[in-house]
Amino acid sequence: MADSFTVPAAATQDERVFPAPLVAGTNDFASVTETVCSIVEAPRAPKAWYVIFGIAVALLGVLGAMIVYLVSTGVGVWGNNQPVAWGWPIVNFVFWVGIGHAGTLISAVLFLFRQGWRTGINRFSEAMTIFAVICAGMFPAIHVGRIWVIWWVFPIPNQMSMWPNFRSPLLWDVFAVSTYFSVSLLFWYMGLVPDLATIRDRAKTKARRFWYGLFSLGWTGSNRQWHRYERAYLILAALATPLVLSVHSVVSFDFATSQLPGWHTTIFPPYFVAGAIFSGFAMVLTLAIPARKMFGLEDLITMRHIENMCKIIMATGMMVGYAYAMEFFMAWYSGNTYEGFAFVNRAFGPYWWAYWIMVSCNVISPQIFWSKKARTNLTLVFIMSIFVNIGMWFERFVITVTSLNRDFLPSSWHYFSPTWVDVLTLLGSFGLFFTLFMLFCRWLPQVAISEVKNVMPQAHPHHHPSEGKEG
Amino acid sequence: MEERKLHSVMAEFTDVNSLMAAAERVRDAGFRKWDCHTPFPVHGLDDAMGVKMTRLPWIVLAMGLTGCGLGLLLQWWTNAYDYPYIISGKPVWAIPANIPITFEVTVLFSAFTAFFAMWIMNDLPRWFSPLSRKKNFARATDDRFFVVIEAADPQFDGVRTAEFLNGLGAASVEEVEMPDEPTRLPARYRHLLFTLAMAMLVPLAMIYNAQHKTSTEPRVHLVKDMDKQARFRPQGETLAGLFADGRMSRPRIEGTVGRGMLREDEGLETGMEGGEYVTAVPSALQVDEDFVRRGQERFGIYCAPCHGFTGKGDGLVHQRALQLAAEGNAQWVQPTDLSSALVVDQADGRLYETIRMGRNTMPAYASAIPVEDRWAIVLYVRALQRAAAQ
Repeated sequence: MADSFTVPAAATQDERVFPAPLVAGTNDFASVTETVCSIVEAPRAPKAWYVIFGIAVALLGVLGAMIVYLVSTGVGVWGNNQPVAWGWPIVNFVFWVGIGHAGTLISAVLFLFRQGWRTGINRFSEAMTIFAVICAGMFPAIHVGRIWVIWWVFPIPNQMSMWPNFRSPLLWDVFAVSTYFSVSLLFWYMGLVPDLATIRDRAKTKARRFWYGLFSLGWTGSNRQWHRYERAYLILAALATPLVLSVHSVVSFDFATSQLPGWHTTIFPPYFVAGAIFSGFAMVLTLAIPARKMFGLEDLITMRHIENMCKIIMATGMMVGYAYAMEFFMAWYSGNTYEGFAFVNRAFGPYWWAYWIMVSCNVISPQIFWSKKARTNLTLVFIMSIFVNIGMWFERFVITVTSLNRDFLPSSWHYFSPTWVDVLTLLGSFGLFFTLFMLFCRWLPQVAISEVKNVMPQAHPHHHPSEGKEG
Repeated sequence: MEERKLHSVMAEFTDVNSLMAAAERVRDAGFRKWDCHTPFPVHGLDDAMGVKMTRLPWIVLAMGLTGCGLGLLLQWWTNAYDYPYIISGKPVWAIPANIPITFEVTVLFSAFTAFFAMWIMNDLPRWFSPLSRKKNFARATDDRFFVVIEAADPQFDGVRTAEFLNGLGAASVEEVEMPDEPTRLPARYRHLLFTLAMAMLVPLAMIYNAQHKTSTEPRVHLVKDMDKQARFRPQGETLAGLFADGRMSRPRIEGTVGRGMLREDEGLETGMEGGEYVTAVPSALQVDEDFVRRGQERFGIYCAPCHGFTGKGDGLVHQRALQLAAEGNAQWVQPTDLSSALVVDQADGRLYETIRMGRNTMPAYASAIPVEDRWAIVLYVRALQRAAAQ
């Protein structure tokens, strides 16, 4: 019987030969259900939840106020000006959209590679993806200034009888980011349906039965339905994999297709994608380490998950480090004076401090994860993940601002400084992100219950199909 | 006493192994309308149940190709056909620039199809399942496994089927009764949904109508800041305090020269000195054969269209204008014959001024012909006059 099945303790085995089980402790199916659902069913959330949610909602209010101020006054309230016309709003856009890559990567790419360990963290990071893309999409929309005509970016007949220019990378961006958002949302919701059905079936109140019932679409776990469901999930994963690579490539085209030294390089698409995975995993760790503690999910998001993510951060950190070095090599090898100047200016010009923050946070600090001690020290991992978040924000700042601030005409050189509106809008976007994330933690299953059950040893029949036929 | 009709018989199993074994037995017994309910997809159960591979991937492929085609069509129709954009002399239709959006639209169509077709094929969403009447069945999404054989199956035989399931090692076997209530959405909700769907088409119809209608009213612009903007007008007044004199046009800044306003050599620049036309090409210019040839070339470009290559006032524009005038479509004054006595007697400075400032119906050419070329043309006109006199 499944209930009596226990998992051997991890410590007795050599992890290099037998990796630690994906579900720690002595869990069975019912206890996994109980662990995840009790968070949603608890009458009150942990105290820390109320504190974080309160701060997040306050910051969300700040964001609302900043947007009202911006729209009613004009984009002059930001520090953007010639020659730095793309200031913090575009930096923030690329930062958030980059974070939004880990979720789909974990759910789609790791799914295709049959990485069982994704199940503990995929729900979590998919939610993070969706909320990060919401934050990202907001920035270009408010950056256009006349936000009430933002619908001109869509091919809808308008009063000018003009169509959008489909050969512009900025329009590619609109299509890439909105497709990415739609597909991520479908993927996330589809994964949620069986778990919502679990909560519906455990519901004690009528309201819960109604709302979770509505969104679980009448799911009863029928195997004929699971069959099509799994096929559809595989197809979505196969579609989302090239999609996730295309989105940040297209974002990099915004820069790479221009003729500006420092932007006009072919290395941008892979370099941006590696950076996006890097920052996305860092954000997953930033969220997962406190959340597993706060909600008691240590058995489902195990040290093995955390260690794996640290390894990915180290690998992608070295990829972006390689890209930083290669950019300098290409600037030198091209023999182009302007290209050469742009890169020397990056590292030793007026924004040298931003460049070296980026290098220390993104290239140097993740090297600590070579050590297993560092990968298993939660405090250290948490601090490192924050470092990476900071470093990746600065990477986008360095790319955007240092390439623009010294253009071809030295008389128009200008040192960009943000205004208080810039700063509060960035903080406010964190408010939006954490408000949505905290609501998710409270009302939806944070771990994919059915998928975790699927990677437990009890889920695999010790039974050969041919035996049954003879019997 | 009327016996209630059965919907199905349901057997509960506690682990995957017994479920798999039971599923194989039910399959081999030849049942058609039956199913297993599990909290997670049990791998190998499809084989054990004899579930055939779904056609979903083919549907997704077809819709993905449709999306690909529509994406290309959208871009071609909007940017190359309906409103061709000419940007930096690039072709209005070039596949490489249209790949990213074609890709995104393909993925969008495929993903929506995979999602929605999956639910439709699964006959979901459903508002109600007779199985959920059974208290135990709630564990189908938790930790228990169920085999359900429907009464609609031709082999179904209430008591015997229940016994058959009992013999497969089920923890419990229950009969599921047919529900009384209809399983469809009540008619009034269906009508409401239909009405809402129809109402959503009204704004679209209005937009379509507006697209194909002319109106004398100004277009609707909710925010007028693109139509009416604060701006400086020539000779206008500024807001108080912006400039001391309150004028929008600013006077020339001391010590600067406006474009085309340089007057270092008055005779050369204007053709006049001390109020009199100069009578010879200014000495600052070196006059030689190359200079006159330059005048001939410039004359061919700027003057000949009206005045003709021989300066007789019979250029192509003149001939075309005569045709239009004969049809009553134009009024036309013949360009001056440059070898007429009137022009021959004019001073060189006067000819120069005519090129620079224009005269009668002739426009000014100062913006098109630089100073030296104007004098070269004057010289060439003199050459034409000499040729005409011979």
